[in-house]
Amino acid sequence: MTNRIGMEVSLMVSEAVKLANVDVIAAYPITPQTHIVEHLSELVADGELDAEYICVESEHSAMSACAGSSAAGARTYTATASQGLQLMSEILYAVAPMRLPVVMTVANRTVSAPLTIWNDHSDIMANRDCGWIMIFVENGQEDFDQTICAFRIAEDRRVLLPVIVNMDGFILSHVIEPFEPVDQKTVDSFLPPFDPIYTMHPDRPVTMGAFTMPEIFTETKMAHDVALRESEAVIKEVWEEWGKLTGRHYTAVEEYMTDDAATVFVTIGSFSELGMEVVDAMRQKGVKVGLVKIRLFRPFPTEDILSALTKFKNVLVIERFLALGGVCGPLAEQIKAAMYKLKDTPNIVDFVCGLSGRDVPPEEFFGMYETAINAIKDGTVKEFYLWGVRE
Amino acid sequence: MAKPMDQYTWKDLTVGNVVDEPGNSIEYHTGDWKSQRPQWNQEKCIRCGVCWNFCPDNAIEKRAGEFIVTAKDGRKIKYDHYFVADLEYCKGCGICAHECITGCIEMIEEVD
Ligand code: SF4
Ligand code: SF4
Repeated sequence: MTNRIGMEVSLMVSEAVKLANVDVIAAYPITPQTHIVEHLSELVADGELDAEYICVESEHSAMSACAGSSAAGARTYTATASQGLQLMSEILYAVAPMRLPVVMTVANRTVSAPLTIWNDHSDIMANRDCGWIMIFVENGQEDFDQTICAFRIAEDRRVLLPVIVNMDGFILSHVIEPFEPVDQKTVDSFLPPFDPIYTMHPDRPVTMGAFTMPEIFTETKMAHDVALRESEAVIKEVWEEWGKLTGRHYTAVEEYMTDDAATVFVTIGSFSELGMEVVDAMRQKGVKVGLVKIRLFRPFPTEDILSALTKFKNVLVIERFLALGGVCGPLAEQIKAAMYKLKDTPNIVDFVCGLSGRDVPPEEFFGMYETAINAIKDGTVKEFYLWGVRE
Repeated sequence: MAKPMDQYTWKDLTVGNVVDEPGNSIEYHTGDWKSQRPQWNQEKCIRCGVCWNFCPDNAIEKRAGEFIVTAKDGRKIKYDHYFVADLEYCKGCGICAHECITGCIEMIEEVD
């Protein structure tokens, strides 16, 4: 086993990208992902990574450059956040159906206004249906591992879809954590060279992203949707292999202390680690709670979520996105929709908190738990709670 | 394309809907769209090729054919080709008629 070392999580991501031996990095700096592309630029400048580093004038161009380089058969990476992701939005919707396996880190950050740089999931949730695979990580080690896995998943010929690895901005991106690196030989054995089905090459001309008539557009969407859904099996296969190689095992949905739990917290991203601490603390007080963590968000692992969550009486969803004018947050919404056809469903209580990086210390979890249990008892559960807002 | 577009199932599509057969846009008949089509007055046409150059759909064909045209001064000019639109691809934009040096192309209503 390799030694554990301390490193800023953003730098871990850059190191993972280096180990993946990318060919092209298109970069536009935006807080809080800047450290990732900054470190990559150093690695390229120092000759440690033999890649084209394209400095672009906006994120729209960054993703456009990624589309071009991936189409030309180059292993391609970029990173963004917040407004940057919104500016990329148009191209996100082009890259996925064109089946270009670009890998991107999103250091999740609130979308303005008001202008703010801190973390929530408003950037990614605004793009949740753009047809990319979406993974959420809870700590640096996972971010490192998932970045390498992302290339393997994306470039698998059964998948050929772009992948976003979501990391919570600042909470993860700017924190120094211990982690176990993986050596180049291991990564090389795990990640074969990118071998696309189609490439832009003059010897064998093809047209990508061509105009489509209404007669055939629906069929193209069906093909994309099926590919995205079927990628779930490949993702699990890749994670299993990574687990065998490194001893670090990943699943689409993870359970913590759920065996005898009546109530579980459902978390995504870095809330998961905090949530586990909270579960430990609550269990010491004799409260039987557990935690279910969602790692894979697109494709939505519906079956895994149903088999995990239907066992409990109460499901408390903790999420970082306010769906303005909607029914509840996107995580609770997807869970509720997945359970609609079932007869016996748990009580689902949705808490929206931690917006724009507002601190959610463990005590807040206790508060949410109490609020939920009382509301369930009284039959007054609201569609969602915007937690901690001053009245 | 091997078969009409509306007969393809989603399983028939290439990965990423790539068009892997160069030049197959020839099977896409843009001529279906038009409400007007160009009509040539071959007597007035001086074979300058401007219309042929300007057609955005490459729909004007240069065809072999003998024409004897009487010029203003009474001279007889012999041409061995003429220009005409391939109506399967001409989308009736009227650019040829607009650009024609002699005004010998007229856009007439498409009636079927
Ligand atoms: S009308 Fe337009 S498309 Fe048709 S021949 Fe003239 S220029 Fe070409
Ligand atoms: S532009 Fe007019 S005159 Fe010239 S070749 Fe075309 S039709 Fe004839």
